[in-house]
Amino acid sequence: MEFLRILIRRVGYAAILLLAVIVLNFIMVHLAPGDIADTIAGDMGGATEEVMAEIREDYGLDKPMLVQLGSYVGGVLQGDLGHSYFFNQPVTKLIAERLPATLLLVISAQLLALIIGTLLGVISARKPNGITSHFVSLLALFGYSAPVFWTGIMLLITFSLLIPIFPVAGMVDVTLEGGFWTRFWDIAHHLVLPTITLASIFLALYSRLCRASMMEVLGSDYIRTARAKGLSESQIVLKHALKNSLSPVITLAGLQFSAVVSGAVLVETVFSWPGLGSLALQSILARDTPTILGILFFSALVVIVGNLLTDLALRLIDPRIRNQS
Amino acid sequence: MNESVPVNTSDNIRARHPMAEAFEMFMGNYAAVAALIVLILIILAAIFGPMLYPTDPFEMVWAPFSPPGAEGFLLGTDYLGRDMLAGLLTGARVSLAIGLAAAFMSVFIGITIGALAGFYRGWIEEILMRITEFFQVLPTLLFSMVIVALFGASLPIITFAIGIVSWTAVARITRSEFMRIRELEYVTASRSTGASNAKLIFSVILPNALPPIIVQAALMVGSAILFEAGLSFLGLSDPNVVSWGQIIGSNRQYILDASFTVTIPGVAIFVTVLAISLVGDGLNDALNPRLRRR
Amino acid sequence: MNTHSGTSAPALLSVKNLRVEIKTRDGVVPVIDDLSFDLPEGGNISFVGESGCGKSMTALALMGLLPQPAGRIAAGNILFDGEDLARATDARLREIRGNDISMIFQEPMTSLNPVYTIGEQIAEVLRRHQGKSRKEAHARAIELLDSVHIPSPQLRVDDYPHQLSGGQRQRVMIAIALACKPRILIADEPTTALDVTVQAQIFDLLTELREVTGTAIILITHDMGAVAQMSERMVVMYAGRKAEEGRVRDVIQQPRHPYTKGLISAVPHLLDTITDDRPELLEIPGIVPPLTEFGRPNCLFASRCDSATEKCQAARPGEIAFDNGHSSACFYADEMQP
Repeated sequence: MEFLRILIRRVGYAAILLLAVIVLNFIMVHLAPGDIADTIAGDMGGATEEVMAEIREDYGLDKPMLVQLGSYVGGVLQGDLGHSYFFNQPVTKLIAERLPATLLLVISAQLLALIIGTLLGVISARKPNGITSHFVSLLALFGYSAPVFWTGIMLLITFSLLIPIFPVAGMVDVTLEGGFWTRFWDIAHHLVLPTITLASIFLALYSRLCRASMMEVLGSDYIRTARAKGLSESQIVLKHALKNSLSPVITLAGLQFSAVVSGAVLVETVFSWPGLGSLALQSILARDTPTILGILFFSALVVIVGNLLTDLALRLIDPRIRNQS
Repeated sequence: MNESVPVNTSDNIRARHPMAEAFEMFMGNYAAVAALIVLILIILAAIFGPMLYPTDPFEMVWAPFSPPGAEGFLLGTDYLGRDMLAGLLTGARVSLAIGLAAAFMSVFIGITIGALAGFYRGWIEEILMRITEFFQVLPTLLFSMVIVALFGASLPIITFAIGIVSWTAVARITRSEFMRIRELEYVTASRSTGASNAKLIFSVILPNALPPIIVQAALMVGSAILFEAGLSFLGLSDPNVVSWGQIIGSNRQYILDASFTVTIPGVAIFVTVLAISLVGDGLNDALNPRLRRR
Repeated sequence: MNTHSGTSAPALLSVKNLRVEIKTRDGVVPVIDDLSFDLPEGGNISFVGESGCGKSMTALALMGLLPQPAGRIAAGNILFDGEDLARATDARLREIRGNDISMIFQEPMTSLNPVYTIGEQIAEVLRRHQGKSRKEAHARAIELLDSVHIPSPQLRVDDYPHQLSGGQRQRVMIAIALACKPRILIADEPTTALDVTVQAQIFDLLTELREVTGTAIILITHDMGAVAQMSERMVVMYAGRKAEEGRVRDVIQQPRHPYTKGLISAVPHLLDTITDDRPELLEIPGIVPPLTEFGRPNCLFASRCDSATEKCQAARPGEIAFDNGHSSACFYADEMQP
């Protein structure tokens, strides 16, 4: 029950955050010089004042901004994010088509970074001066310093062009025919390079933090107790130390969701991954306001849900957090 | 003062200026010193490079995709036959300038918000931390993309777009430092002598909170350079100036023909940010007294 | 050498000339220097001394838990039931730890793993050493909680450490330590972090369990009162060396080492209860020497000792034996006034 109450409060708070995101983005977009009518007119190669006024009326731009905001928020509450003039489709439908690809990329990159990062962190914590530990330090420097799109291009050149073992672009091979598993492996095959690229930023971050927290935990009193019990080294590390050292890593991973989504925009562009990122770029260049707003809304939603899940994971791991409200 | 007290050498604490000790510590970190030298070379190249190598980075000087070294073009030419070396040198100015300016902006916002939140606590802290949380939820790159697209891809707008989304880490660090330091005795002492809040914030607490903020600020320069490169790569850069990310972005379609046009500016960004982060690590070790004991 | 005679039966634990070295930045330091003592089956011995005297190191050495990779047993034997633990393999030591020799620690607040229930932490050691199934181990954990007087153990067994008070946590630690009916329990300052009233309860519990189980107890403490209450024999450690050893009663009545005398004087009521005359309260001036001075060939206490002579500065005193296995590492042990 306690848990449910916390969950409801969290979700309520998330809803307020989202509303704030909508309002800020809406205001920002409408403060910008020029509007849809200008863009459409530009596309048509010029238009008369009457046509412009007509377009503005169509999109409700002649009404006061507060009214526009109100009707936009009202629409969002009903699941209507408006109509994209550029793609000539409802924004909700556009995003629904692209969101799964982005989610797939973001989640697999976070998982890969977390799993490998934890693994490297644990190994290097056991031998702080060993090869793995130095490797983690180097990796951390690389992950922080290399522009992610460049890492992607380098991987692309190496593993798609020089050694062609992975596809160059896209998420599926449209020429491929077959059942579920064929398509599953096809997507997995396409997913490898983008995932590694995106994970490369965070992998080292997590492994470095995991190493630090693992080293601290390994020196703690309850690990000494575990040793005094005669437990094996693997039980001590994997059962007693790991669960305790994961909390800070998961907290950090939660904080990184916004950065992961940002990174995904670049990675999607490099690998022509059909997700929100490439949609965002197209709509931004086309100044397709409803789509831009919708994407900002959904990516904030992804970050917020990611944070919520992080919170839940932390509660699952650490009973001390679980028992406090 | 002339008592001849037998001094135990191991207990002999050398009283020296902390900055001198930090400097010595930094100089003992060879990686950081090497990185600092590299960084200085890069800055010198950015300042004097375009003067010493006055080729216009926008001018088509030779056949496109000439490999590095061919026809006297040290780094080859890009897809429009423009000199890569000239682009790299001119691009260094833009990348470094935007990196510094955006980092300065985000550090300024971050310190202001973090200091106010950490000093005043209560509802002020509540509101400021909610704002910080709000900016943490915004997908930073998307938000900056929208700003740049809507308000125009000029250097000031790009700088603003990077700075406005990057300050949350500085704010968090500043706040926690302020919360820690404001409880210390010397702050209570200044408070009891009737120091104003402004004096407490600026001349009592802030100087002592600076070390971790300085380290974060150094790292911010690196991330701002990466951020600018990302924006340029997506095509959201000022079309009238060359930057490293923009060279990569414009040559991206041609990696099949000439991968060096993408590799070389990538290496430039990588080396610069790497140098900055190594210097940042060195500063961290030197300025963080807790680590110094180890 | 082992100076005290009179132990007829072979000891359960016999430590001979133990030397433990720790690598520090300033070089290798003997944190335990030529330590010998015996512990019979079901016996009780206390180690006393100020912090940094090597008491806890002794405990860790017995457990094979010296800090790695800095610490090592450089010389000597730890004969447990005839088996030399100083030379045992890691695997063999793991079999013994928590099973034949257990240990409880100074900090009950941090010695339990915060992310597992106390029941799991007790059951784990039963599964490890007695091959019990999950269900059996869980049931036994409840019994053990009951035996250390945790109220309503069926409910508390699923609690996490943070839901327990310090005293209760130490009871859980004792339950873990005694789960496999060990032959030796090492209690390293088990009550230092607890309230005074709780301290007494924990000592009562240890005494009670010792009577029930016959487990030998090695108590490590700087609390002379606890020594008087808990133990038959005591070893006084100073700077990694044994200063004095003997029956608690003998040592307290007639300390044969100026350091012991100082320790006892710091606790006046101790003598009140045993003798009528009450000496002046006297503090031992100075502090334990820094690690770098350990191992020097002189009396390490000399710098703090009123009666130190040039001889004390020049040579390391050997052990002088008295009745009942009482011995002292002081040149002037004979001349000490009670």
